[in-house]
Amino acid sequence: MVIVGLALSLLLAGGVSYYASSQPDGFEKAAGEIGFLDTAEESPLKDSPLAEYGVAGVENERLSGALAGLIGVAATAAISFAIFFFMRRFNRGKV
Amino acid sequence: MHIPDGFIDIPTSAAFAALAAVGVGASLKGAARSLDEKTAPLAGLTATFIFAVQMINFPVAAGTSGHLFGGVLAAVLVGPYVATLALTVVLLMQALLFADGGLTAAGLNIFNLSLVGVWVGYGIFLLVKKALPKNKSSISTAAAVAAFISVPAAVLGFVLQYAIGANSTFSVTAVLTGMMSAHIVIGAGEALITALSVTAVLASRPDLVYGYRGSKQQLEIRKA
Repeated sequence: MVIVGLALSLLLAGGVSYYASSQPDGFEKAAGEIGFLDTAEESPLKDSPLAEYGVAGVENERLSGALAGLIGVAATAAISFAIFFFMRRFNRGKV
Repeated sequence: MHIPDGFIDIPTSAAFAALAAVGVGASLKGAARSLDEKTAPLAGLTATFIFAVQMINFPVAAGTSGHLFGGVLAAVLVGPYVATLALTVVLLMQALLFADGGLTAAGLNIFNLSLVGVWVGYGIFLLVKKALPKNKSSISTAAAVAAFISVPAAVLGFVLQYAIGANSTFSVTAVLTGMMSAHIVIGAGEALITALSVTAVLASRPDLVYGYRGSKQQLEIRKA
C-alpha cells in the first residue's frame, strides 16, 4: 500500500502534473476580479532553485516541472515519514 | 488557495500564526497518541500524496483552475490530529521549497487549510456518517459531503482574515461573494477526489482508515 501510494504520488507529480491546468486558480482569479490581487508581494524565496515548481537551469519545461515534482514528493515523503515515525517512537517510549 | 504575502497585514498574519502554532501544537499531542506501527506509514503517505495531488490543477471554468485542499481526505484516512500535521508539512514544503504561498502568510494558510479545513470538515464527516447506515459506501459519501463543505469553510477563514487586516479596502461582502462563487466548483472537485481516494483505500486496506473504525467493530478492548 505504501509502495503503491508513493509510486502513484511520483507518477502524479512527475508525469501527470505536466497536463495540469496552468490557468490561475480560483483564489487568484477571484482576488483579481475583486481587485486586490496587485497587493500580493512576491515570496522572498521567489529566486529559490525550485520556485514555481521548476528547476532553475533546466531549459526543457516538461523536464523542469517533472524534476521539481519528483523532488517535492521525495522531500515531503522524507520529512513527513521522519516526523511520524519519530512521533510513534516517542509515543511508544512514554507508554 | 495559497495566500501570498501582502494580501493581509503583518499584525493580523502574526496573530493567525500564533493561533496556527497553538493548533499545530495541540495536534502534535493528539497525534502522538494515535500513531502506531500501522498508522505512521499511512500518515507519511497521506502528506506525500496530498502534496502530489495539489500539483494537479484541474480546470473549473474558462480561465480558472483549482486543486485539492486535502483536509478531509487526510482527516478520514489518518484522523484529524495527524491530518493537521500532514497538511502543515505540505504547506511548509510548498512555501519554503517552491515559493508557493507567502512566508509571513504561512500562519494564515495553516490556519485556513490545516485547522479550519481539517476540523470543520472532520466535524461534518462525523455528522453525516452518523446519519447514514454503517458501511463502507457511507464513509465515502460522508467524506465527499465533508470535503465539499470544507472548501467554503477554509475560504471563510480567509474572508475573516481579510475583514480583520487586509492591505486593501474592498468590501467584505464583495470578497465573500467573489471568493465563494470561485470555489463552488473547486468544492465539487474536492468531493470527487476525496471520495475516489477514500474508496480506493477502503477497498484495499479498510483496517487502516481512521474514519471507518468504530463503524465495523462495536467493541474495542483497550489496554489500560
